[in-house]
Amino acid sequence: MNVSIIGAGMIPVREHWSKGIRELAAEAAELALADAGIAQVDAMYVGNAYGATFNQQTQLGSLIGSALGMRGIEAFTCEAGDASGGVALRTACLAVESGLLRSALVVGVEKATDIVGPARVGARNISLDADLESVNGVTMTALAALLMRRYMHQNDLTLSDFEGFSINAHSNGAVNPCAMYRNKLRDGTFAKAPMIADPVSLFDCAPDGDGAAAVVLVKSDLAADMVPQPVQICASAVATDQFMLQDRDDPLQFAAIGKSFRDALEQAQLRREDIDLFELHDAYTIMTALALEAMGYCLPGAGWMLASDGGSHISLDGDLPISTFGGLKSRGNPGGAAGIYQAVESALQLRESAGPNQVPGARRALIQNVAGPGSTVVTHILQRQPDEA
Amino acid sequence: MNRESHWLMKPDRGVGIVGYGAYIPRYRLPGREISRIWTNGQGAVPVQEKAVAGIDEDVITMSIEAARNAIACAGIDAEDIRAVWVGSESHPYAVKPSSTIVAESIGASANIQAADWEFACKAGTEAVQASIGIVGSGMARYTLSIGMDTAQGRPGDALEFTAASGGAAFILGPAEESYAVYQGSYSYVTDTPDFWRRSGETYPSHGDRFTGEPAYFAHTISAAKALMDMMGSCAQDYQHAVFHQPNVKFPARAARSLGFTTEQIAAGLLTNEIGNVYSGSCMIGLTAILDRAHPGDRILMVSYGSGAGSDAFDLCVTERIDAKPKDVPSARDYIQRRSEIDYATYVRYRDKLKD
Repeated sequence: MNVSIIGAGMIPVREHWSKGIRELAAEAAELALADAGIAQVDAMYVGNAYGATFNQQTQLGSLIGSALGMRGIEAFTCEAGDASGGVALRTACLAVESGLLRSALVVGVEKATDIVGPARVGARNISLDADLESVNGVTMTALAALLMRRYMHQNDLTLSDFEGFSINAHSNGAVNPCAMYRNKLRDGTFAKAPMIADPVSLFDCAPDGDGAAAVVLVKSDLAADMVPQPVQICASAVATDQFMLQDRDDPLQFAAIGKSFRDALEQAQLRREDIDLFELHDAYTIMTALALEAMGYCLPGAGWMLASDGGSHISLDGDLPISTFGGLKSRGNPGGAAGIYQAVESALQLRESAGPNQVPGARRALIQNVAGPGSTVVTHILQRQPDEA
Repeated sequence: MNRESHWLMKPDRGVGIVGYGAYIPRYRLPGREISRIWTNGQGAVPVQEKAVAGIDEDVITMSIEAARNAIACAGIDAEDIRAVWVGSESHPYAVKPSSTIVAESIGASANIQAADWEFACKAGTEAVQASIGIVGSGMARYTLSIGMDTAQGRPGDALEFTAASGGAAFILGPAEESYAVYQGSYSYVTDTPDFWRRSGETYPSHGDRFTGEPAYFAHTISAAKALMDMMGSCAQDYQHAVFHQPNVKFPARAARSLGFTTEQIAAGLLTNEIGNVYSGSCMIGLTAILDRAHPGDRILMVSYGSGAGSDAFDLCVTERIDAKPKDVPSARDYIQRRSEIDYATYVRYRDKLKD
C-alpha cells in the first residue's frame, strides 16, 4: 500500500464536560493539519460510533467540516461500533491509494459524557444485536464476562492471572499526558477490585472517555517531500465474524482477528516476528489474551501467559510491547475514536517521538481496532517509510 | 469604577449571628441497610448513616424546632424579628409559603417579611446573605434565616445513601450583639445543570460524575478563593472551615485543595453521622463549629447549590460566645439522640410507596 501519514494529533482522553463533539473533533483535526503543515485536504472521514445515541447527532462530516471552515469538503462518518476509527482509516486509505483523492483527513471522535449513568450503557448497546442481545440486557461487559468465565474454566485460571495486562497498560499510561487514568496499579490489587460483571472488574475494563484524534494521509511518494518523517501504512485489512458469540463454533476463537491479521501480514509481505509493537483493542483483559492467541503469538489458552513474569514480554522494552501509551485501559476508551488514537500513538512511536512511551528502535507497528466480541476487526500495519518509497 | 470592588459583600453597619439553632430528626438509616437492599451489601457506602424525618415531620415543623432553639440562643423576643426566610428544596407546598407557618408558630409578628427561598442546597445561605443586607442597611434589627430539608433520593439511586433531613436557623442582628460577626461575603454562580428536579417530579435527576469537577468543586473552590483573595487571607488564617457536605469525600477534597487541614474542617463535618441535609448542610456544620469556638476564632463557610453556585462567608467569633446559653440543644445533642430504623420503616416514614 502506497499511503502515508504526514500529520497526527490527539487530545487528552478525559471527561471534557465543557466541550462538545465538534470542538473535540476540530481540536484534534487542527493538531493533525498543523503537524502535516497543510491547511486543506480533499476529504475528511469521521470515525464515530455513538453520535446518534450519546449526542443525538449524525452528519458529523458536515458538522465537523463546518467547524473547521472546510466548506464544501467531501466528508462523512464511517461507523462500525468501537471499530469505527479503524474503518474510517481504512476508507481514507482506499480513497488515497486509488488515486481519486490526493489527501484525506481522518478524525476519530467520541463525546461520551453528554449522557451519564445507566443511560450510557444503553446508548452503547446499539453496537450489539438489538433483537437478541440488547433486548435481553446483554452488554459488551457482560459478553466479556461470559468469555472470561469460560476461559478461566477451560484453562483453570484465577483472576490474578490476567492482572499483568492492566498493570502494563497503567504503567505506560502513567507517563502519557493524554491518558485518562494515569495511576499505576499495584501488584495484587487487580483481583480485589470492585466487580462490574463477575469476573470482569473495575481494573479489568477500559473506562469510557471523551476524545478525538486525527491523521492526515497522502500518497507515500508525495509524503517524502512534505514532511521529514512520514509513516507508511503498509497494510489495511477488515474482517467480520458471526455477529453474536452464540453463533460461533468456539466463542474463544476470534476468527475475524486471525483473518484480518493474516490478510494484513500478507499485504505487507511481513512475518509475525517483524512487528515491533502492538496497539490492540484491550477493552477487557480477556480481549487482549484472545487477540494474541488468534494472531498466533501463542497457543490457544496460553494468551494470559504473555502477561506473566511481571509483564516483561509486553512492556515497552519487551519482545511484544502492547498498549504502549496505556491502551484503552489506561489512556481511556473513546469509542469510535479509539482506532485513530492507536494510529497517532503508533505514528509517534515510528517517528521516535513517543517520549517516555518510546519502544526502542520501533520500525513497524500493528494496530487493531475491534467492535463487539471480535465482530468487526480492522488491522493496519504502519512502518517507518523507507527512503525509496 | 473598579467592578471587582463590588464583588465583596460587606454592609456599612456590622452584622453578625446573634442566635443559632440546629435540628436533626431522631431516626437514622445506616448506609449498610440501604446497601443491603440495593446492592446485596456489596456497594460502597458514602456515609455511615443518614438522619430521617419522622412520619409527622416536614421542613416546616423542623424549621420551627431550629428557630425556637435559635431564639433561645439569642435571648430575644420573637416579636422583634423583622424577617422570616426559609431556604429549602423540599418545601411541603409548591404554592403556599413555609415561612408564614414558621413565623406564626414561633410567635413572630404579622408586620414582617416572610418568604421561601430556593437554590438547591444553598437556599439557606442565600437567605443569610439577604439578611446581612437588610440588617446591614438598618431596615431590620433581627432576621431569621433558615436552611432546612427533607431531601429526596430516588430509591436505589446513589443519592439515596446521603439524602437526609435536618438543618439550622440563624438570627442575624447588629455586630455588637453577635456571637460571630460577618467580615465579608461573596457569591459565585453559573448556569451548570448538575442536579435538578422539574415541577411535578418526586425525585431529582443528576448528572452523575458531572456533579463533581465542573459543579461542586468548580463553584466551591472558586467562591472560597475569591473571598479569601478579597479578604487578603489564606487557609492558615482560619481556625475552622465548613463546606457544603454532600458526602465525606467532596468537602475533604475541596478543603485540601484550598490548603485547609483535616483538623480545620473536623468540627463542622457532620455528614458521616447525619448525611447530606441539603440547604441545611454547611449551616448546621457552622452551628457545630460555633458550639466549640473561642473568641477571636476565624471561620470560613462555603455553601454549594446545584444549578449552580456557592456563597462564601468570612466570620470572626466574638467574646460573647463564652456567655452563650448552655441549655439550648446543640447539633451534637441531636446527633446523639438516635433511633436506628430499617429500610422498611424508612419507606413508610418517607412515603416511598406510591400508588
